[in-house]
Amino acid sequence: MTATPIPATYRRPLRQRLAVTLEPWLYCAPVLILITAVMLVPLVLGISYAFRDIQLLNPFSGGFVGLEHFKALGQDDAFLRALRNTLWWTGASVFFQLAFGLILALLLNVPFTGRGLAQALVFLPWAVPTFLAGLNWAWLFNPVIGPIPHWLTALGLMDEPSNILADPSIAMWGPILAATWWGIPFFAITLLAALQSIPKDLYEAASIDGASPIQRFFSITLPYLAPVIAITVLLRTVWVANFADLIIVMTNGGPADRTQTVASYIFTQAFKRLDFGYASAVALVLLALLLAYSMVILVFRQKLSNRDK
Amino acid sequence: MTATRLFGTLAHRAAILCFIAFALFPLYWLLKVSVTPNDLLYSEGVRMWPSRTTLDHFRFVLANSEFPRFFANSLIVSGSTALVSTVLAALMGYALSRFQFRGKLWLAALLLITQMFPLVMLVAPIFKILSPLGLTNSLTGLVIVYTAFNVPFASFLMQGFFDGIPSDLEQAAMIDGADRFTAFRHIILPLALPGVAATLGFVFTAAWSEMIFALMLISGSEKATFPVGLLTFVSKFSVDYGQMMAAGVLALIPACLFFLLIQRYLVQGMTAGAVKG
Repeated sequence: MTATPIPATYRRPLRQRLAVTLEPWLYCAPVLILITAVMLVPLVLGISYAFRDIQLLNPFSGGFVGLEHFKALGQDDAFLRALRNTLWWTGASVFFQLAFGLILALLLNVPFTGRGLAQALVFLPWAVPTFLAGLNWAWLFNPVIGPIPHWLTALGLMDEPSNILADPSIAMWGPILAATWWGIPFFAITLLAALQSIPKDLYEAASIDGASPIQRFFSITLPYLAPVIAITVLLRTVWVANFADLIIVMTNGGPADRTQTVASYIFTQAFKRLDFGYASAVALVLLALLLAYSMVILVFRQKLSNRDK
Repeated sequence: MTATRLFGTLAHRAAILCFIAFALFPLYWLLKVSVTPNDLLYSEGVRMWPSRTTLDHFRFVLANSEFPRFFANSLIVSGSTALVSTVLAALMGYALSRFQFRGKLWLAALLLITQMFPLVMLVAPIFKILSPLGLTNSLTGLVIVYTAFNVPFASFLMQGFFDGIPSDLEQAAMIDGADRFTAFRHIILPLALPGVAATLGFVFTAAWSEMIFALMLISGSEKATFPVGLLTFVSKFSVDYGQMMAAGVLALIPACLFFLLIQRYLVQGMTAGAVKG
């Protein structure tokens, strides 16, 4: 072994070390390049648009306007209404998805014959493309071909069959119901997975000690689920707040802007009015709000877990 | 005691049935209207099943409309996106799973952040970037955008599958003289095939459903994907509900096929992840 030529042992570690350092980056390079080009560069560009006058159909636009867009935003009643609508839309959608998703997960956590089939059927909405889910629910609310207005009339909740989506005071319930239908499986899948990871002997010990099912739920199930619920709600809230598909398909923000959320407002400004500058300013506000929300939740969660210790 | 238990069981089954009915009813109604003849559409509006059924709407949509082209465009876009994303995600996921290197944590954080910010923010700048490159109104442009959006999640998915394969396997191959990339292709990738299939499916479904960027980047029916075509159809011929719903049923097929394939692994896979993480 001592006969090994010295230059070779000197040279190879250096080249090898370089190769070892570079190797993982070669595997990552395609994804990194793509994400930089299609997500990070446009993100930075979009932030710069917020301070510029960019209108697709106006060749003279493109100049810097400073904070003009943001000043206009403060006076824009449609935007302020969209902010309030976003709160209502996001809060209600996430609440119903969580509540029914939790109930469904608890129901599916009990063994019974046909559980596999039942699980496949209740999770099916999750696979339905969102544009189709939106159209499908819009049709169900349509008194011409949908049953819902007729049922509501029969129940005495409606004077005559009319379209919920056309009534400014209740239109938002349409997209919320569609979002709930579509989002329940996501919560149910996540929570069911968490339920199945709770050690079974905990429940056995508790029932030997004489704990009732309700006691077992509040002292075992809920504490185990709490961290999963917290993180799922955080992610889902951000996602639902950004989610414009259902609203664009079902109501397009109408009637009278009553279902316009910030996300659908951005799309309308960019797609219909081709005002990219203003759309980007609205988007920047949404980004800031969502960041602030995430920070508050994370700090709150940190505080809670510190108190436990 | 047995009476309360019986009651509990009954309530449980009834609740499950309610959830199933709620989940399936909209899809059932879609199917029902798509096979209802036009003359019965209004007279039997709220009946649960029409007294006569017809496949005319499907026949018309398949033979006389542009939907077959929209369907083909969507298949091309979603299929290419799924293929490219899965290849890139396999490489990235392998790096995240097997290498320890400086910057790895930042890389994972970067991937996570791309999943958090509002994609609708990118509508305007992406249009501005792709337009001079001739990639607006082009299926290639859509594939590039969709791949970028889906590859972070796909990478995490692939990483999870690679984590489940013992690294002794490729160590042995490398001791036998294979370089790492050969070991990755010939030993690890075949073992991760179920993961590859799941990733393909997830990305395909996501690309099939995407609407916002398709609406923004595609104009005209030549390159329209299914959502763009269906929405244009809805705003143009909003009277023919039978045909619209027949088209809707067609849009549902690929998504449901994929779902039936993976649904058994859904909770199982997530449980494995939860136990490990």
